[in-house]
Amino acid sequence: MARVSNTTLLLQLIRRDLRVALRQRSEFLNPIIFLLVVITLFPLAVGPAADTLARIAPGVIWVSALLSAMLGLERMFRDDFRDGALEHMLLLPCPVELAVLGKVIVHWLLTALPLLLISPLLALLLSLPMQALPILIVTLLLGTPVLSAVGAIGVALTVSLNRGGALLSLLLLPLLIPLLIFATAALEAATYNLSAAGPLAMMAAFLVLALGLSPLAVKAALQVSVN
Amino acid sequence: MWRWLHPYAKPEATYRLNKKLLPWFAWPGVVLLAVGLVWGLVFAPADYQQGDSYRIIFIHVPSAMWAMGFYVGMAVAALIAVVWQIRTAEWALMAIAPVGAVLTFISLFTGAIWGHPMWGTWWIWDARLTSQLILLFLYLGVMALYVAFEDQRTGAKAAGILAMVGVINIPIIHYSVYWWNTLHQGSTITQMVTRLEAPTMPAEMLWPLLVNLFGFLGVCAALVIMRLNNEILRREVRRPWAIAILKGGQ
Repeated sequence: MARVSNTTLLLQLIRRDLRVALRQRSEFLNPIIFLLVVITLFPLAVGPAADTLARIAPGVIWVSALLSAMLGLERMFRDDFRDGALEHMLLLPCPVELAVLGKVIVHWLLTALPLLLISPLLALLLSLPMQALPILIVTLLLGTPVLSAVGAIGVALTVSLNRGGALLSLLLLPLLIPLLIFATAALEAATYNLSAAGPLAMMAAFLVLALGLSPLAVKAALQVSVN
Repeated sequence: MWRWLHPYAKPEATYRLNKKLLPWFAWPGVVLLAVGLVWGLVFAPADYQQGDSYRIIFIHVPSAMWAMGFYVGMAVAALIAVVWQIRTAEWALMAIAPVGAVLTFISLFTGAIWGHPMWGTWWIWDARLTSQLILLFLYLGVMALYVAFEDQRTGAKAAGILAMVGVINIPIIHYSVYWWNTLHQGSTITQMVTRLEAPTMPAEMLWPLLVNLFGFLGVCAALVIMRLNNEILRREVRRPWAIAILKGGQ
């Protein structure tokens, strides 16, 4: 058997997962629709005044993004766990961490990319000032991979449980609080025309840390779950 | 490390070690706590600003400190369990979790009681309060993950991984929350250490606090040891040595 390089294997894994996902589109579109509905609820609940909405917009967008991510995360390993593909993934002739990274990348492509695409719409709905829109996109670009990477740890821990949903949020949301703090801080700074570089640098640090360390934890967690 | 640890992979050895250690934690703990509480609550001078209400510090500070400390202890147990696959370390992890969670709750509860007369509110979204609340959530997450699994061994392993992820996150959470908002007074004890020439707390208040600190440690460590021993006996209840102990009524 010819030895396959790690990069080829990673690309193959990504292609396979994307193909599987595109055959069940509603699975990854539902969280985005959920996000839109939640965003719609806020003006109805707190009143449509533009200045109120603009003030709460950073928090509302990011909290909704976190909650909708919790809904979509479960499918990262669930189907593969049920049909046994996950065990094969652990046995692949490449580091498991690499395969995990592939899963995280696919999850990001499927959930965060649509979110990025509709983010101008979200900003519009909540009358976020226009100068804050680029910062919103940057916070989403930096923050959503952290969501996927840290989320993978939670999913890997709960994948063998049938009733993992609420538990997953309980495990993950406390860990994601720093992300929420710095994302909203950056957005608030941008709303008042201040420099958002500090919080954004922190978010970039989280990104590096999460992408570097979480595959190790995911690997350990998957080995416990699959066992 | 392995040579030092591996005898305690055997539950019986851990049980016997625990039996030996228990009095060394329990009695000094109880005595120190009793002395510290009476000293702090009755004999220590009243604060010139806060009057008698500051006295809750003698419960608040030790519980808050050990709440964090026991989480680290839990993560160390988890690391030992993962690296050397020692079952007793998994049980120790789950023995520590509820004790730590209760400590966290005590620190939040006494903080609220203290905050009411001092800040005029039971709760504010201050950095140290918030990070303590998040610590409580982390404890609850570990415990919830453990009970979610039918197989307790798998549950303990999963909870251990979560505890280790949490311990990496605690400093990050702590400093992000700190950056976010702060109103809480600075830590009295660390100020005491760093500014020896001008201490912020007079000795007659500091001493009962330190006594209480070790009293809390002793009592809580004793609780953990007792919980761990119960767990060992429960798991090993069919083994001859456990039957002998249970029948002998030791």
